Amino acid sequence: MSVTDEELAEQREAGNRLGAPSRLRVVAGRFFGSFQGRAGFALLALMFLLAFAGPFLGRWSYTDRDFTAFLAPPSADHWWGTLQTGADVYAVTLRGMRRSLVVGLLAAVVGTTLAAVVGAFAGYFAGWTDRALTWATDLLLVLPAFLILAVMSPLFASGQWPLFVLVLALFLWMVTSKIVRGVTISLREREFVHAARFMGVRPTTIIFRHILPNMSSLLVVDATLNVSAAILTETSLSYFGFGIQPPDVSLGSLIADGTRTALYAPWTFWFCAGLLVVTVLAVNMVGDSLRDAFDPASGRGRR
Amino acid sequence: MKGYGGLRAESAGRPGTGRAARDDPAEPPGPVLEVTDLHVTFGAGAGAVRAVRGVSYAVRPGEVLGVVGESGSGKSVTSLAVMGLLPPHARVTGSVRLHGREILGADEKTLSAVRGGTISMVFQDPLSALTPVYRVGDQIAEAVRIHRRVSRRDAARRAVELLDLVGIPDAARRARAFPHEFSGGMRQRVMIAMAIANDPDVLLCDEPTTALDVTVQAQVLEVLRRARRETGAAIVLITHDLGVVAGFADRVMVMYAGRPVEAGTVDDVYLRPRMPYTAGLLAAVPRLDAAERPVPIEGAPPSPAALPPGCPFEPRCPLAVPACSAAEPALEPVGSPGHLAACIRAEEIEAAGGAPLAVRPPGALPAETGAEVAAGVLPASGVPPVAAGVPEEPGGRAAPPPRRDREVVLAVDGLVRHYPLTKGTLLRRRIGTVQAVDGVSFDVRERETLALVGESGCGKTTTLMEILRLARPQRGTVTVLGRDTAALGARDRMAIRRDLQVVFQDPMASLDPRMTVYDIVAEPLRTHGVRRPGPRVRELLRLVGLEPGHAARHPQDFSGGQRQRVGIARALALEPRLVVLDEPVSALDVSIRAGVLDLLADLKARLGLSYLFVAHDLAVVRHLADRVAVMYLGVIAEIGRVERVYAAPLHPYTRALLSAVPVPDPGAERSRRHILLEGDLPSPADPPSGCRFRTRCPLFRMLNGAEQARCVGERPPLRMLDDDHAASCHFAERSGAI
Repeated sequence: MSVTDEELAEQREAGNRLGAPSRLRVVAGRFFGSFQGRAGFALLALMFLLAFAGPFLGRWSYTDRDFTAFLAPPSADHWWGTLQTGADVYAVTLRGMRRSLVVGLLAAVVGTTLAAVVGAFAGYFAGWTDRALTWATDLLLVLPAFLILAVMSPLFASGQWPLFVLVLALFLWMVTSKIVRGVTISLREREFVHAARFMGVRPTTIIFRHILPNMSSLLVVDATLNVSAAILTETSLSYFGFGIQPPDVSLGSLIADGTRTALYAPWTFWFCAGLLVVTVLAVNMVGDSLRDAFDPASGRGRR
Repeated sequence: MKGYGGLRAESAGRPGTGRAARDDPAEPPGPVLEVTDLHVTFGAGAGAVRAVRGVSYAVRPGEVLGVVGESGSGKSVTSLAVMGLLPPHARVTGSVRLHGREILGADEKTLSAVRGGTISMVFQDPLSALTPVYRVGDQIAEAVRIHRRVSRRDAARRAVELLDLVGIPDAARRARAFPHEFSGGMRQRVMIAMAIANDPDVLLCDEPTTALDVTVQAQVLEVLRRARRETGAAIVLITHDLGVVAGFADRVMVMYAGRPVEAGTVDDVYLRPRMPYTAGLLAAVPRLDAAERPVPIEGAPPSPAALPPGCPFEPRCPLAVPACSAAEPALEPVGSPGHLAACIRAEEIEAAGGAPLAVRPPGALPAETGAEVAAGVLPASGVPPVAAGVPEEPGGRAAPPPRRDREVVLAVDGLVRHYPLTKGTLLRRRIGTVQAVDGVSFDVRERETLALVGESGCGKTTTLMEILRLARPQRGTVTVLGRDTAALGARDRMAIRRDLQVVFQDPMASLDPRMTVYDIVAEPLRTHGVRRPGPRVRELLRLVGLEPGHAARHPQDFSGGQRQRVGIARALALEPRLVVLDEPVSALDVSIRAGVLDLLADLKARLGLSYLFVAHDLAVVRHLADRVAVMYLGVIAEIGRVERVYAAPLHPYTRALLSAVPVPDPGAERSRRHILLEGDLPSPADPPSGCRFRTRCPLFRMLNGAEQARCVGERPPLRMLDDDHAASCHFAERSGAI
């Protein structure tokens, strides 16, 4: 398709004058426009920076043992003190956070995406698609998640954490997907969905363009909650010795260990617990602002 | 309708017949309810919303005051303030006196004693105003027992009496039914029964008939008249429908931006309006009885949070002078006694002999008012830069060739749509069939508007959806642009979607709230493979009279009329040939409605469009359609050219429907003969045998036994009775008798 210069110029001008903002830019603009969004994003970025760049600052690696200092309080040598094994708390906490951040965020995003897609497809295409997907959802809902994760834990041992994320996510999405299905069924009969259908928009496009954005607040809240849920599930699995396998550590395994010594050596517990709290807080702030950013009507009443 | 004049005489002569015992008969009837300088403000500071700004009125026993205004004019807030039902954060000042006693700011105990006793209210939505889990009779009995020490049995008996009074057949049995078993009109009757349970002195009716169909509206208004006769109560009727007020009220108050701008007797205000807004509003109402087109009022009402310093109507007023923006004019007497208007030029208008002449620009044509912006745009840029293949005839404004020579763009033949009624979730069994559409046939030719008219539940929307689905119907055929939808492949269907577009009723619901206007209008273009929709979107927005610079906004940033224009822009994006309009103006305010209608008429003439137009408002249809098909319970009762159908309706249902539409002209409305239909629309799951209208048909009751048997046993076919005028009635020739 050839375009004359004149047309091109006109289109450019139109593009400039209309501003024709894509939805992504609108949402991003609104997200960073709010203080909460900026603060949450900065905090989360800081956590990531700490988790990934922080270990290079310390002198110790998470596998190192200092046999001259067992359970030593914070000092110039060991910034956050040491554990009973002589491991440096700063090093292991950051290592654990790296795992937990990645596992928590990824599992939440994968889980919520799965919930949204399965729920929306089941709700939008009634009939056999719905029946098959609902059946699969119900099946996963009755499977004992914890047991299966425990049985599969040897598979995660040799650095297969992506598999772990996937399995974790697989047990996070069912309830949300049922909610999404219900919301989809009601959205499907709304006039703007009819309008898109009568325009000739393909069903898959309708789902991703009209249905899912209109429940974005639900999905964002769900994803936010899932981050905490995923981190906590991983924590409890690690506590029982499944999940992240030694010598690798996670915030969960650290907190589990730290609780035993928390009373007389608080540094073994408070640093990892504090970071977990800050992380979840940051995720919540980001989630809140994202929800507002997705909804053009939000904030109007408050201002 | 039986004796409105008699009723007026009665109300003037013997006010308060029902409760004469309570009133001192020697005392002259003073006002029962007196509202003085009422102000209601929500919020504080710069963002405060002054919803009501100085409303004063008084009603005497038996008198009906109509409060007219568009949405956001403060009319409902006023009545809620009178009832003391506003939320605590609303600041209310002024005075509300009931029988001379101040009730504004009274404590909850006093208010509870008054509410439902001396003063009661009928709400707009009767479904949400009734508790779904209690029997209707018990709810009315409860209303009685709150204010009177009567036994449970007496209260129940009184409830049945009241239901009988409001015209519910078989009242004793129906009192034991639940609200969901009642139709909308029946529920509104129950609400009225509850409101008059304690012989109130004042009845506040907040849009009591807005949610109802016209024939049911006529019934409910009749019930309100009877209620007034029985109780002698003063009625404050709040509505946006000027026709309802014309026939029902004695005095009328017009509100705009939270203030009354004109008040007086119905005759004074309707025939001699002295405020340009009133005159504009009257001219903007589509009239059933007049051929002239409604004239829109430019612009939109001001936001109550940001009112202009001068007269709030000044930005839209055709008679505005610089002095108008200086200060807000007070409501001052003008002309005949009791007639008040808030306009600094009211005296001039009075002297000139009336505003309507001055308001309507000489020789105003729809094309000049609604879409004058567009007129300059289209010829310059050339219409279809993207959608080629639609031949744009140069002589778009010339008279089209006769109907039979024009191409058929949509043909529907014997269309049937039945829905199964099922019960149970695990084991579904079919317990019946809803015959939503049962054999409908019509065709739409090029550059023609066919209106499908009918009350809710008549199957008009189902017909529309069946056409828009572009799939094989259950029975019958749908042919769009020469292609039978039963034989369409996916590719052909996509091609037809390009030429067949739709505008929905509620622009708020039909525009995705999460998308910008740009994305909304660009969506059909992108779907059909236009890569850079930018220039076209800009052109479309101008075409429908919107600023292209507003493309980055979301639909909720626009007013109702502007939103509907976005919906129209989206429908026109692909240069369609047939546009389906599903009640395109019924969700809009009167002053805006005319503008959208003008736009539609203008676009049709300029782009050579054909419209299939679904509406329940017969007055709107008259001004937009060329042909009209009246539907009743899934079948077409009558079809033909608009002028013929409106001037000489052949089917008894069309006659009743036309007579039920209120006309905003007090003289005409009072002298018009109304045919009051009895009962409700039968359930489409169990339609009557033979002629579907026979259960409510006034003609049926005038027939002899053998003729009635024919109506019961034989379904009347759609007979061509005149040139392009057909009706499905065995005795259409005799319908003049009713």
